Amino acid sequence: METLIFGRLNYHDIPYDNPIIMATLGGAIMLLLVVAFLVWYHGQWSYLWREWFTSLDHKRIGTMYIVLSLIMLLRGFADALLMRTQQALAEGGVAGYLPPEHYNQIFSAHGTIMIIFVAMPFFIGLMNIVVPLQIGARDVAYPFLNSVSFWLTVAGAMLVMLSLGLGNFSHAGWSAYPPLSEKHYSPGPGVDYWIWGLQIGGVGTLMTGINFFVTIWRLRAPGMTWMKLPIFSWTILVTTLLIMLAFPVLTVLLALLSLDRTLGLHFFTNHLGGNLMLFTNLFWIWGHPEVYIVILPAFGIYSEVTATFSRKPLFGYTSMVYASLAIATLSFVVWLHHFFTMGAGANVNAFFGIATMVIAVPTGVKVFNWIFTIYRGRLEFTTPILWTLGFIVTFCIGGMTGVLLAVPGADFQLHNSEFLIAHFHNMLIPGALFGYFAGYAYWFPKIFGFRLNETWGKRAFWLWLVGFYLAFMPLYALGFMGMPRRLVHYDNPLWQPYLVTALVGTLLIFAGILCQILQLTLSIQQRRLLQENTGDPWNGRTLEWSIPCPAPAWNFAHLPTVHARDDFHVTKQSGQAPPSLPYSAILLPAASGLGPIMGALAFLLGFGLVWYLWWMAAVALAGLVLCLLVRSLDDETEFLIPATTVEATERALRRIASSPYNASQVSQ
Amino acid sequence: MKSLSQDLGKNGNDYATEDTHEDLTLLGFWLYLMTDCLLFCALFATWAVLHNNTAGGPSAHDIIDLPYVLIETLCLLFSSTANGIAMMALQRRNTRSLLGWLGLTGILGVFFVAMELHEFLHLIESGNGPQRSGFLSSFFTLVGTHGLHVSIGLLWLLTLWVQISRKGLTAPIHSRLQRFSLFWHFLDLVWVAVFTFVYLIGGDL
Amino acid sequence: MAMIQRFRLQSLAALLCIFSEPLWACTGSCGSQWAVLTPQGSIASQEKDLILTALGLMLLVVIPTITMTLYFAWKYRASNETPDYAPNWDHSSRIEKVIWGIPTLIIAILGTLVWISTHRLSPYRPLSSPYPPLEVQVVAMDWKWLFIYPDLKVATLNQLVIPAGVPVHFVLTSDAVMSSFFIPQLGGQIYAMAGMTTHLHLIADQPGVFEGYNTQFSGPGFAGMHFETRALPSESFHQWVQTASHAPAILDHVRLTQLEQPTTDVPPQIYRVTAPRLFNEIVESYQGPHDRMKEN
Repeated sequence: METLIFGRLNYHDIPYDNPIIMATLGGAIMLLLVVAFLVWYHGQWSYLWREWFTSLDHKRIGTMYIVLSLIMLLRGFADALLMRTQQALAEGGVAGYLPPEHYNQIFSAHGTIMIIFVAMPFFIGLMNIVVPLQIGARDVAYPFLNSVSFWLTVAGAMLVMLSLGLGNFSHAGWSAYPPLSEKHYSPGPGVDYWIWGLQIGGVGTLMTGINFFVTIWRLRAPGMTWMKLPIFSWTILVTTLLIMLAFPVLTVLLALLSLDRTLGLHFFTNHLGGNLMLFTNLFWIWGHPEVYIVILPAFGIYSEVTATFSRKPLFGYTSMVYASLAIATLSFVVWLHHFFTMGAGANVNAFFGIATMVIAVPTGVKVFNWIFTIYRGRLEFTTPILWTLGFIVTFCIGGMTGVLLAVPGADFQLHNSEFLIAHFHNMLIPGALFGYFAGYAYWFPKIFGFRLNETWGKRAFWLWLVGFYLAFMPLYALGFMGMPRRLVHYDNPLWQPYLVTALVGTLLIFAGILCQILQLTLSIQQRRLLQENTGDPWNGRTLEWSIPCPAPAWNFAHLPTVHARDDFHVTKQSGQAPPSLPYSAILLPAASGLGPIMGALAFLLGFGLVWYLWWMAAVALAGLVLCLLVRSLDDETEFLIPATTVEATERALRRIASSPYNASQVSQ
Repeated sequence: MKSLSQDLGKNGNDYATEDTHEDLTLLGFWLYLMTDCLLFCALFATWAVLHNNTAGGPSAHDIIDLPYVLIETLCLLFSSTANGIAMMALQRRNTRSLLGWLGLTGILGVFFVAMELHEFLHLIESGNGPQRSGFLSSFFTLVGTHGLHVSIGLLWLLTLWVQISRKGLTAPIHSRLQRFSLFWHFLDLVWVAVFTFVYLIGGDL
Repeated sequence: MAMIQRFRLQSLAALLCIFSEPLWACTGSCGSQWAVLTPQGSIASQEKDLILTALGLMLLVVIPTITMTLYFAWKYRASNETPDYAPNWDHSSRIEKVIWGIPTLIIAILGTLVWISTHRLSPYRPLSSPYPPLEVQVVAMDWKWLFIYPDLKVATLNQLVIPAGVPVHFVLTSDAVMSSFFIPQLGGQIYAMAGMTTHLHLIADQPGVFEGYNTQFSGPGFAGMHFETRALPSESFHQWVQTASHAPAILDHVRLTQLEQPTTDVPPQIYRVTAPRLFNEIVESYQGPHDRMKEN
């Protein structure tokens, strides 16, 4: 009876004997309560619910995605700091302060969180905000689905967060290789948290992929032919294609592992005909495209930023498009390079090694195109450009070490070592995260109507850059010394100085993050000073800069017609005033509470499945089905904004719009 | 409301016109079906890797009763045919005929699921459940995932049936029926693959 | 205090090593700490050469690219107002050809190198040598390495002893989760998986002591799963075998059951082997109809 009600949940699942976890947990709960209290105190709960949580506005959903991502970044970074400190200490007779069971959970959580709940929501947030604006659309193809996707991602993230204080998280690494992740070797709820956190978040991502593919495919402004599509939207189109092709494999993989664990099947077990190699193959058939899923959007951001601040069109636009497509195609034929050491034959290894290297060609082309965009330009050293330059230089090093790892003979020596850790952080931090930061600074005014403080932004950049080199270059060296990854303790005093250096680098990155928090706080305080009146703070080239800052709910009062690649830039150059059209009423998707409700139900479903609370899972599943039914029977899913409101808002936003950049427009 | 949105429809690809909506939803549904197809591809790959891992238990040849599965297959194929005739009734806007043929679609679908469940229960009772071996794990999961899709389709069909009999043939129901029909034919195609690879080729080993 | 002092000096030295000079220049001054770069066997030497060749080839592109980035960024800064500012320039077929061409060329060269080296360095390829290879069966366990010498009827735990100058043929499996067998100074790694066998051919050119690791994370005891490899001159090796075959401890089914219990940081052991088919039995136990370890 007790197991029927409580599943395998028990008082002992709260780790109250572990001071580190309990302090973290206490801190997190305190913070949550303080925030909740402040919101209540200022009477903002109903505002938050009405205008944000239930909103189907792509800009609001995008902003919430980024907020989620930044919160999770703090968590993931805290994990990084714990690991670096442990490794800096735990040499020889010193055990460090983390027992293996705890350390193993930390690196598993760090990887899972950083990829799935930091990188993914960050770029999905940016694409939510930017894509409809860039292609001249009023919203995405399926605004309700968009809200559900977001809340599923939140549900997944919350499951991972909950594992901190209830039970434990997976200790099998972010890739959860079986048989270690099978029930025999990992009986607790940890791997189940990993499975269901990823599964729920992954379904959300898959739906987002379909949503944005259709959005770009069908909702482009009239005249925006494929070769006039802004390059960021191009990379997103390719990314969504990758999501649609790769994520179903993850769904299957997680389902099979959960069947093994929950019902005792034998897909990946050691015994009775299971095959762990099936898991590694399926995992990386998803996992390798996943790398490009997080990196391609950043490539798009670098392209936009470089062109804008070089005051030149992007060099080799067509090459860029084909390079993105080539990368996407190739990303599906390289997965085996993650396990050259599994004993496949030389022909197989050589094939996958060469296929991997071929990716370096389109990627190299992209790098050269950015360089030649700067060439003969007028480069303004704004924060987004600093992130871009830092990226290009650092990424060259990461690309080189990546090609090195693609040589099977070299990989035999460097696989699973600290060299590998250095390599993929070298790709993901400058490759993806720096790009997201650049996009965050670049598009921030479009959402909030004021720019971010540049001084603190630049300080953050330098700390991140120097911190990155200090944190990861020593790891390359450690790889050459043969140090395996994921060690909680080691017996080689010669490694320690390098690990201490890496800790120093991590602390510098920490200082960089503090600068970013300060930057945001200061910018909010100085918002009058930093107010953006023109709608076009950077003398931009694409459609999103043709509308006011902050963008109104309907984005475009009149849907634009596109004539050129950098259409807004060309319009500005021509000096022609836009024709003054009469305003008309606009239909927009109405807010819906079902998104957050479905997120909450998905969370309960995941929770029930982790703890074997079958009744809870069943109720939550029935609730989800009911939500879908309610939605499908709801015919009032839109609301009309009267022409007078549109006109009044547009006039108010446009009146203050006067800047050197689009003065011609306003004065004429 | 509707006339207004149709007015707005002239505004190029404005958000929210009835046509655009339907068009977008249909494209999205096609894409969903493609991702679902990939999901089955992954399960077929799993089958391909594990179908010989019998771990001393029965092989596909031992457990497959081909005539039985053939009847099962015919149920699903005829269900699809009934669905096709229902869609023709939809074209003629003949609600009675539509409801009748959709009813038959559903009944044949229920037969299919019932036969599959019976096959599964029989296997489990004779000690050859999915826990027995890697082969049986992949067999149950591949076939069961298809069965789960059919069951969800049946629930969907039920809600559509109730909606049609209550509200008649409204525009949203019309488009939902089109999507259901796509889904049902898709499941048919998947079953043809399952039947070929698992039952015919696998069972013949 | 002195400890901290030493610590600081080492940190400084490490920093200098990383930033002041290419890594391979370091190998001389920093000694054998650079395991991958100070190979002691022919496979590892070839792998090191491969790494350096590939790095060198890539640096031919990477260094100019980085230089160009920084130089252009500086030269074309807005405040410099260069006269050749080209606000609408976005295409040049000549540049396009070069930027597609050069990476393609480098990758073509590297690709050829990959094809040849991957076949030459395949872990399954026996080494040519006047001596017949010594076979060592390797079993990854939670969390220790068991080495069985089938022809010599001895076995060791967490310690590998091999003759220098004689090729060694490792046959690997796992009696628990997946692990990866790696002795950097002798050559690259390979996975050990339950119910399967993989192969690896290595050789130690000179006598010496080399550290070996498991690099594939395998659970709580993972960090302690490293072992010493001692390559002995053939005389001493034979002596060692003599001693080992009279070792008091024996490796049989009882011992195996004991060893299968997860343990951490186990000190090295030497066994006499009385169950000759032990390795095969371990592999088969994961293949057969019956569930030896009774999962769940």
